[in-house]
Amino acid sequence: MATMTNEKTEALIQEVLEVYPEKAKQDRVKHLMVNDQDPDKSKKCMTSNRKSLPGVMTVRGCAYAGSKGVVWGPVKDMIHISHGPVGCGQYSRAGRRNYYIGMTGVNAFGTINFTSDFQEKDIVFGGDKKLDKLIDEVHGLFPLMKGSTVQSECPVGLIGDDISAVAKKKAKEYGKVVVPVRCEGFRGVSQSLGHHIANDAIRDWVLGARDDDDSFESTPYDVAITGDYNIGGDAWSSRTLLEEMGLRVVAQWSGDGTLSEMELTPKVKLNLLHCYRSMNYISRHMEEKYGIPWLEYNFFGPTKIAESLRKIASFFDDKIKQGAERVIEKYQAEYEAVIAKYRPRLEGKKVMLYVGGLRPRHVIGAYEDLGMEVVGTGYEFGHNDDYERTTQDMGKATLIYDDVTGYEFEEFVKKIKPDLIGSGIKEKYIFQKMGIPFRQMHSWDYSGPYHGYDGFAIFARDMDMTLNNPCWNKIVAPWKKGVEEDEAIAENA
Amino acid sequence: MPSVMLRRSESGRLLFYVAKKDLEATVETVEKDSDEEWGGEVVLEDGSSWYIDPISPPPSFPTTLKFKRA
Repeated sequence: MATMTNEKTEALIQEVLEVYPEKAKQDRVKHLMVNDQDPDKSKKCMTSNRKSLPGVMTVRGCAYAGSKGVVWGPVKDMIHISHGPVGCGQYSRAGRRNYYIGMTGVNAFGTINFTSDFQEKDIVFGGDKKLDKLIDEVHGLFPLMKGSTVQSECPVGLIGDDISAVAKKKAKEYGKVVVPVRCEGFRGVSQSLGHHIANDAIRDWVLGARDDDDSFESTPYDVAITGDYNIGGDAWSSRTLLEEMGLRVVAQWSGDGTLSEMELTPKVKLNLLHCYRSMNYISRHMEEKYGIPWLEYNFFGPTKIAESLRKIASFFDDKIKQGAERVIEKYQAEYEAVIAKYRPRLEGKKVMLYVGGLRPRHVIGAYEDLGMEVVGTGYEFGHNDDYERTTQDMGKATLIYDDVTGYEFEEFVKKIKPDLIGSGIKEKYIFQKMGIPFRQMHSWDYSGPYHGYDGFAIFARDMDMTLNNPCWNKIVAPWKKGVEEDEAIAENA
Repeated sequence: MPSVMLRRSESGRLLFYVAKKDLEATVETVEKDSDEEWGGEVVLEDGSSWYIDPISPPPSFPTTLKFKRA
């Protein structure tokens, strides 16, 4: 489609909203905007982090998803008990692909589902006794686990169980951390509140554990990776770069992370924050309480990686600064080869994104490195600060949508006609059936890692293999294709 | 009276963050900003103004303070 102008994009929004009732239209129009890089204009024109409208299709998750699924779940040596009915834990089990090293069921528990499996009697008489017994069982069966968390599901909040009391009692009994997390799904409007609740739980129950203990030998080059969930091995491909430039990565939050790493984080010199949305709360807390500065970085695509490595190095001495340059130089041949190979195949293609957390803005750089253009982006559960960070990364007159509904997203795609869509599993098959190449960008479509230079090579390969897949020419049935061609020939005749 | 977290941004300017409102804005002016005291009316880049009783001696940033709408 022809290049978009502000007016055209604006008209598109109005056209798509036409079918809504007046009230819904007024609400939805605040969540859609045309990007304008002019900072005066971009401020305050986006409404975000509001309750989704009843009756529309949203792809948002719940607070439990934000806490158990995102923040706590990847902490591998702790047992995360999904406290409540069995489904919440079972249907989200191991789906996020946050990889870890360890022997599952012995000293790592990432992919196992632990649940208190609420029955009717637990709702009627309360589930505290069951939780008590469950923690006993967990300690008996898995002696090498370092602690546990109790992730509340909706009914626990509704019947008013006192999980904190049970947690305190059991922690005392066994001498291991038991963290009660009040992340009932009905809290808040999306998984975003779950991140906040989980961050607060870490702050209250974990972070201060080694405040009076100086036995940990720190170096001036200690850093922690926060907000990297090691999806498909992302944190590992980021970590190698940081270590090569001379830094010591003390902790990974929380992909392939451990309880002990989290407890040691207050001893580091700098917090490196990848997913701003889910871990800015704890970073801000550590800055205030321990004086640890934090820095947002972006490890998608060589341009942003180089930018980030230099930014990280600027917090340290010349040794690290030289290290950063050395790393960039070392991988230069590698990433230039990747660009040389894939850029001609991907140049000029248009991408629409609709993801959560950090990706709607972070991956833009990686697409641009491959000569692709992001023409629309949006967050499932972003807040105002996310949108402020996005406007500068996006091109002029591009479309930005917040908590976009199923209908709106489909209509936008029909009008804008992107060459590739990056979104979640719920959108994947709709768009594939519409004949549009699609990548599932939550867990990298079962591929990855995408972070770092190693990840960029995989990212480029994946985008090429999706976009240039011969199957997209086969969407129209051969007999229908024939008719069209015949008609075209007839018209020209 | 929202809790406001104040911190220095990368450019050295003061950032005003209200978690409950998702508000993150740069501080434009502070009524009293000297070696003795800090506070009074604080105006943000978006034009909104907030008030805090002057604190003496000035707090060290980052810190969390209770502000009132002015």
